[in-house]
Amino acid sequence: MNVNILEERTGQVYEKGQGPFSLKCNLDSLPGAVSQRACVFCGSRVVLYPITDALHLVHGPIGCAVYTWDIRGALSSNRELHRLSFSTDLRERDVIFGGEEKLEASLLELIERYMPSAAFVYSTCIVGIIGDDIQAVCKRVSQKTGVKCIPVQSEGFKGNKRAGYEAACNALIELVGSGPIDGISPFSINILGDFNLAGEIWIIKDYYRRMGIEVVSTITGDGKVKEIQRAHGARLNVVQCSGATLSLAKMMEERYGIPYIRVSYFGVDDMADALYRVADHFKDKRIMENTRSLIKEELDSLYPALKEFRKDLKGKRAAIYVGGAFKAFSLIKAFRLLGMKVVLVGSQTGTREDYEELEAVTDPGTVIVDDSNPLELSEFLKEKDVDIFVGGVKERPIAYKLGIGFCDHNHERKEALEGFIGMYNFAKEVHATVMSPVWRFVPRKEMRS
Amino acid sequence: MLDMTPKEIFERKALRINPAKTCQPIGAMYAALGIHGCLPHSHGSQGCCAYHRSHLTRHYKEPVMASTSSFTEGASVFGGGANLRQALKTIFQVYDPEIVAVHTTCLSETIGDDIPSLVKKAREDGIVPDGKYVIHANTPSYVGSHVTGFSNMTTAMVKYFSEKNGGRTSAINIVPGYVEPSDMAEIKRLATEMGLEAILFPDTSGVLDAPQTARFSMYPKGGVKVDALKKTGSSRATLSLGKFASEAAGALLEQMCDVPYQCLDLPIGISSTDRFIEALIEFSGQTPPATITDERGRVVDVMTDMLQYFHGKKVALFGDPDHVISMTEFLVDLGMKPIHVVTGTPGKYFEHRIKKILDGKVKHANVRAFSDLFMLHQWIKNEPVDLLIGNTYGKYIARAEDIPFVRFGFPILDRIGHSYFPTTGYRGALRLLEKMLDAILDRLDRDAPESSFELVM
Repeated sequence: MNVNILEERTGQVYEKGQGPFSLKCNLDSLPGAVSQRACVFCGSRVVLYPITDALHLVHGPIGCAVYTWDIRGALSSNRELHRLSFSTDLRERDVIFGGEEKLEASLLELIERYMPSAAFVYSTCIVGIIGDDIQAVCKRVSQKTGVKCIPVQSEGFKGNKRAGYEAACNALIELVGSGPIDGISPFSINILGDFNLAGEIWIIKDYYRRMGIEVVSTITGDGKVKEIQRAHGARLNVVQCSGATLSLAKMMEERYGIPYIRVSYFGVDDMADALYRVADHFKDKRIMENTRSLIKEELDSLYPALKEFRKDLKGKRAAIYVGGAFKAFSLIKAFRLLGMKVVLVGSQTGTREDYEELEAVTDPGTVIVDDSNPLELSEFLKEKDVDIFVGGVKERPIAYKLGIGFCDHNHERKEALEGFIGMYNFAKEVHATVMSPVWRFVPRKEMRS
Repeated sequence: MLDMTPKEIFERKALRINPAKTCQPIGAMYAALGIHGCLPHSHGSQGCCAYHRSHLTRHYKEPVMASTSSFTEGASVFGGGANLRQALKTIFQVYDPEIVAVHTTCLSETIGDDIPSLVKKAREDGIVPDGKYVIHANTPSYVGSHVTGFSNMTTAMVKYFSEKNGGRTSAINIVPGYVEPSDMAEIKRLATEMGLEAILFPDTSGVLDAPQTARFSMYPKGGVKVDALKKTGSSRATLSLGKFASEAAGALLEQMCDVPYQCLDLPIGISSTDRFIEALIEFSGQTPPATITDERGRVVDVMTDMLQYFHGKKVALFGDPDHVISMTEFLVDLGMKPIHVVTGTPGKYFEHRIKKILDGKVKHANVRAFSDLFMLHQWIKNEPVDLLIGNTYGKYIARAEDIPFVRFGFPILDRIGHSYFPTTGYRGALRLLEKMLDAILDRLDRDAPESSFELVM
């Protein structure tokens, strides 16, 4: 590699084929790094935000509420309470004298006005320091109003995004188990770890319906409090994503004996695998038959459509940098299906097992990075001469500044990328980006020719 | 579905719904990006820095570089001193900026980290290399708003750099306020056209509107240079544009270096731009060149040509106080009626000033500082308007009430243009006129029955 890497970061970068595999991860970011990582609050907010009929009140100074106001296209089939921004807007006076009174008054006002199905109260850095007892406030208001108020212990400094996922799961488990579960089919699941970006959960739900499986609750995409309260009546938890909701599944297994499996809905292989594994779990002939015919039907229409894209995309190079590593596995396979090569893959919060698996599925020469930064990423993008970079909001302008195509596979995606139709959308987007005539004008290409 | 605002107005005691402001640190980060070779540094949790960078990136469609002290639980108990030390080490070893501009967050403010003494110690221990600078601003998120943060970091530039060396140059200082890169470039151009040498700070032009170069550069070529900042102390005067974002820096310069300052409104619209140009005339002793008088003439031309479309139209307006003050005046100059005017930033001066502008022109206007979009929406429901002007968040109200909407201010997350085309100066006034007319006329076309649907307007 001809890329400058921070001395302290050398353990977090690996090029496949260069010595035995080892990658340090799950480390705290080095102070001073231009890290792409966020905080505990961010993790909790991302997970809980799509619950559409709950109140989401951010207890803290205004910024925390502003930066998480409707920035994710988590679609709702019903109420859209989650798309408003509520904050206690803490001021200096509150920091000195405490914000509990303000929080209680805010909660009461909001509950009276909006009659939410539940309320989540997010703690922020400052609340952790001044020591407001948000648990006590939530308890009092729950008793007064009959609306369940759940404290989310998401003080930003208590760790990275992953710790925020934990805090969110701890809040969610307070809802699970409080609803009636009679009449739930023995062939029933909860969908965990999908946030209904661009309506993706509706695609997945429809597959399960066609298989003959009842979806009891979706956690948290298009989430509804009543459904989550019944989640313990499902027979299987199907968990997607890099474990944002994994600990909820574990808690439910422990508490209610519900087993879970981990799946991904991105890409053809993983999508089909997810459905087959769910079908397998129920060991029901009819369901298995339904699943087979569903997948055949979908693939029969998808493959011919992909062919055209493949022709153009064969041999093009892709780089991936995502929040959780789990998504990267599916992306690698999806690019492969399009005949493309993945030359760089990394994540903000991957675990040891994640990176071991990444090492196993990538080609020699592929660079694997943990918790990278813009300078490093831009050097790799240039060195590997990539045609498309997949990442989130902070990565996008780096790609564009270099004159490299970009695909948002994060909060800001506008097209559904899950499911078989999602693979088609993904191929279409990658194709449009890579094949666009605009790249002819960028200095990168001019310099090369 | 998104319209969950009731018409009935109730006074809230403790609650912010759909804010019209954000917190101090992001303003400090934006200001710091207006110094050449500067890396803004967020002394707090990782999330703050990530959020500010994302938000600025969504607005500018540009990479935004800033580092963070990455506070952990330990730092919150024992103080963030060790984090800042390690951060400075990392920053100078790896990113090699000329300057690090540290801003605090609610967390580090409440813990009480003393940034100057931490930095002093780091410098003594050789962590800050010779010839490099570390400046800081206190930006507690629970005081003021993002505009306050911008003002505080701009003031820090004076505190750390402005030198009093007894001499006086012919240059003037201009503090342009929390405006776009395009605006900063335009303000500089106007001063230059008037034959003046101007030191503009901060200056994000050439930083957050950079062209594609096939290279990712941590420090784009724009930004005010440290040498220029040092010289601000010997300039003949300072023009602070906007009371909220710019006055403090001008006042400190006067106090520290005896450079007299004048605080003007942001030059948005015709009257405030006139006053800005008049101030420049006073300094240069020259009459404006034809380029400037022609630009003004074009603005007046459009104002008169199209007056029937503006006249008497009711407008709701929100945004940052300096912007809204100038824009309100422009609307009144056009014969429009700003009847609901909101800023999220606290400050009594805002309400006082707006009421003065509206006095005798608009009866019964709702004017409020330290308010939010929920309040504005309620007012609109009670008295509808013909046009809504404000940042991207206004789109919810515009949709709910079906009002023509002009995007203006910070942030604009769903359109481009603001980085490239100014709203300041006469050219900016022309652009605002075009944007407002487009919105109003598109609506007329949309709503006109076929019989009165007109080709020529």
